[in-house]
Amino acid sequence: MSDFQDALSAAFALVAGQDPALAEIVGLSLRVSLMALALAALVGLPLGALLAVARFPGRHLIIVGMNALMGLPPVVAGLVIYLLLSRAGPFGHFGLLFTPSAMVIAQAVLIAPILAALTREVLEGMWEEYREQLHSFGVSSWRAVPTLLRDGRLALVTVLLAGFGRASAEVGAVMVVGGNIEGFTRVMTTAIALETSKGDLPLALGLGMVLMAIVLAVNGAAHLLRERVARMSG
Amino acid sequence: MRAGSGLLPLQVEGLGFVAGGVPILQDVSFRLEAGPPSVLIGPNGAGKSTLLRLLHGLLPPSGGVIRWALLPAEVARRRQAMVFQRPVMLRRSALANVEYPLRLAGLPGPERRARAQAVLGEFGLGDLAHRPARRLSGGEQQRIALARAAAMDPAMLFLDEPSANLDPAATRAVEEIVTAIAARGTKVLMTTHDLGQARRLAGDILFLHRGRVVEHAPAARFFAAPAAPEAAAFLKGELLW
Repeated sequence: MSDFQDALSAAFALVAGQDPALAEIVGLSLRVSLMALALAALVGLPLGALLAVARFPGRHLIIVGMNALMGLPPVVAGLVIYLLLSRAGPFGHFGLLFTPSAMVIAQAVLIAPILAALTREVLEGMWEEYREQLHSFGVSSWRAVPTLLRDGRLALVTVLLAGFGRASAEVGAVMVVGGNIEGFTRVMTTAIALETSKGDLPLALGLGMVLMAIVLAVNGAAHLLRERVARMSG
Repeated sequence: MRAGSGLLPLQVEGLGFVAGGVPILQDVSFRLEAGPPSVLIGPNGAGKSTLLRLLHGLLPPSGGVIRWALLPAEVARRRQAMVFQRPVMLRRSALANVEYPLRLAGLPGPERRARAQAVLGEFGLGDLAHRPARRLSGGEQQRIALARAAAMDPAMLFLDEPSANLDPAATRAVEEIVTAIAARGTKVLMTTHDLGQARRLAGDILFLHRGRVVEHAPAARFFAAPAAPEAAAFLKGELLW
């Protein structure tokens, strides 16, 4: 038990002292996960919305596939991206392996299906309700997508949060494609895994605390934002 | 006043609609002229809502012809609006709801806003403009939906049970708006299960029974002396199915 207490007080000291190594790791983690979120949202949100409104043969197959991909193990995603980006792979000449860019790609691949699947679920209900009225206005199903994304923005904040949570919490994919290189591709989760195995519990615990605090802060901010928008638009 | 501007008279011939092998409407034929509202009445399940949706182009007919006076169907469609039994409010302010179809019509921002505000004011809804539409009461939502349709300045307006589930005060407010819209020269075709409302609003009555228009007559004559036995029974409050 005293191990834990020692580690905890050392962790507080690290966080309070704004340890530069810690700050760098936290900064990179945020950059990677936020960029991955942006990239995945760019693809996932419109794709989910299209699947909510469009009716075509094979649609159910895509939905089932997407739902299955929600549970894609990060290490497997990492491995696939690793093979694609490695020197001998089809995208090897970009030289992205073991860079933050590779980590962004891996996390984006991991969370894009989550964003798309959840977006479809959220917007399908809304489309059910809006469909006849929008058709009456002369809006085709395809052209309804921007309206749905806009009117569904409250629920979509939650969808984005789920994506961000998954991205910032995963270890396997960024470990495999990033390589956990100190000062270059080391992020919070890979650092925690490494420091724990090395026995440097204060740093691991300090990073864990920061990670928790960030997740809490992001969720809190999103909650406030939702409340505010909800009051304005119902 | 544009008295139909290319849409009326509307000629419907042999219109039919089948859903899942079950005929909902059969051989429906009638002619609608410009003028006061036409009201569709008939027992539940007679096909009233389906008929509105077919005329508005939301459902494809299984057979028959819908002929607008001068315009092909796709063009005629843009001169129509429809308000549903349960008003569909977008998740935005009442004003933004009214502006939405105007933006689709390509109206520039300031003009759009001005027209939306003018229509809300005209119908006594100005106070609600900046309230979230979905937080409004059912009656208020229905009036916003009517204002939204009126702002589009349609030649033809379809109303599906516009005051179902509303209290008498809200029903009265809705009827005032419908009357105002009709007075602007918009042709209204509406369904109702409220015979009092049909008497108050209708210029002519279409009586629908089991998927057929059994009688089409001026309202005064229809209520005084319905020609079809089913219509007479319906007016007496007998149960029809």
